[in-house]
Amino acid sequence: MSIGHSFLGLLEGKPRHGYDLKRAYDERFSPGRPLHHGQVYATLSRLLKNGLVVVDGLEPGEGPERKRYAVTDAGITDVQAWLSQPEKPEPYLQSVLYTKVVLALMTGRPADEILDVQRTEHLRLMREVTRRKTGGDLAEQLICDHALFHLEADLRWLELTAARLNELAARVRP
Amino acid sequence: MTEALLVGTDLHKMYGTTPALRGSSLTVRAGEIVAVMGSSGSGKSTLLHCLAGIVRPDDGTVVYAGRLISSMTDVERSALRRRDFGFVFQFGQLVPELTCVENVALPLRLDGVRRKEAERRSREWLDRLEVGDVAGKLPGQISGGQGQRVAVARALVTEPKVVFADEPTGALDSLNGEKVMQLLGQAARDTGAAVVLVTHEPRVAAYADREVVVRDGASLDLERVA
Ligand SMILES: Nc1ncnc2c1ncn2[C@@H]1O[C@H](COP(=O)(O)OP(=O)(O)OP(=O)(O)O)[C@@H](O)[C@H]1O
Ligand SMILES: [Mg+2]
Repeated sequence: MSIGHSFLGLLEGKPRHGYDLKRAYDERFSPGRPLHHGQVYATLSRLLKNGLVVVDGLEPGEGPERKRYAVTDAGITDVQAWLSQPEKPEPYLQSVLYTKVVLALMTGRPADEILDVQRTEHLRLMREVTRRKTGGDLAEQLICDHALFHLEADLRWLELTAARLNELAARVRP
Repeated sequence: MTEALLVGTDLHKMYGTTPALRGSSLTVRAGEIVAVMGSSGSGKSTLLHCLAGIVRPDDGTVVYAGRLISSMTDVERSALRRRDFGFVFQFGQLVPELTCVENVALPLRLDGVRRKEAERRSREWLDRLEVGDVAGKLPGQISGGQGQRVAVARALVTEPKVVFADEPTGALDSLNGEKVMQLLGQAARDTGAAVVLVTHEPRVAAYADREVVVRDGASLDLERVA
C-alpha cells in the first residue's frame, strides 16, 4: 500500500496537519490497523524532501504531527500518475505454499496436512473478516469483501491442489 | 454453547455398492453454526440426512438431546422433525399452490396452530427476512433469492433447535447467496438455533462458527487436528 500517494491524495482536498492526515488515512483506508507514528513521520519527510508537499503552517508544539502540509503541483502530478497506473496483480502466497507442498512430497512428508493446516487458517481468517464485515458500514464491507474474495481464491487453489496431490506426487518424486 | 445437542457417531451408509458414509462423526452443540464442506459426492448430504433422521444409517448412532434417534418410532421421529428441526434446501421446495405466507405457516398448521395465529407469526418471519412484500404471492411469482428467504422463514417459524441447511445458497448469485446466509445466521443466533450448513462456498461457510470437512464419507474436524 502506498502511504505516500494516499497522503498526497488526501492533501489534494485541503491542507492538513500531520495528525489529521494520519486520522483520515486510518479511518478510510486502514480501519483497525492504524499507522505507526514512525510511518507517518518517515512518509512525510520523504514527501517533503522530494518536493511533493510543503509545510504551510505550524501549530504550537513540536514534531511533524503539528505541522500543516499542502500538496505541491509535482505532488498532484505524482498522485495522478499513480492512479492511472494499473497495480501489478499479486501472485499472493501460492508460490510459497506450492514450494512447501512440493518439498513435502519430495521428502516424503504428508503434503495433505500442509494443505489442511493452511485451509483451516484461511477459513478462520475468513470468519473473522466476515464478522467484521457484518458489523461494518459500506466502506468497511467493501474492504472486507476484497480480502474475502482473495482468501476464497486461495482456498480454491488449496482444494484444487489437494485433489491433484497424487498427480503432483507422481511428477515430483524422484 | 458447550452442550452437545446432536451427536452422530461412526456413521456408515451404503447405497447399493456405493459407500456414501464410512465412519463419519459430527457433534453439534446448542446454538452453534457448523459448516460442512467437501467435494461433490463426498457424503455431505447423506451425513445431514442421517443426522436429521431422514435416512437411517447402516451402522453408527445419532443421539439428539440424549435420545437415540434410531430407537424412536416413526411417529416420534416425524414429530421431532416437525417441532425441533427446520430444513432449507438448495431449491426452496415451497409448495407451488400455496402463497408464501401459507408456505411459511405450513409447519405451524401441521402442528395444530390456528390459521390466523400461524399466519401472523409467519408474516413476522417474512418481515424479518426482508420479504414481507411477497407474502401474498405464489412461489412461481418471486425470484430465487426471495424464494430462499421464504424457505428460511419456513424453517425458522417453529423456532427449531436445529436447522439443517443443504446448499441453501447454491442456486443464488454470490451477493444474494451471502445475504440469505447472513439472514439465516442472524435469525439462528437470535433464536438460539444450531445450524448444520452444507456448502461448498467458502464465503458462505465463513458465517459459521466452525468447519468440518467430509472426505470420502468420513468427516474431519480440521480445527481439532490443527
Ligand atoms: N439415494 C441415493 N441412491 C444411490 N446413491 C446415492 C444416493 N444418495 C447419494 N448417493 C451416493 O452416495 C455418495 C454420497 O452422496 P451425497 O449426496 O451424500 O454427496 P454430497 O457430498 O452431498 O455431494 P454434492 O456436493 O454433489 O451434493 C455419492 O457417491 C452418491 O452418488
Ligand atoms: Mg449434497
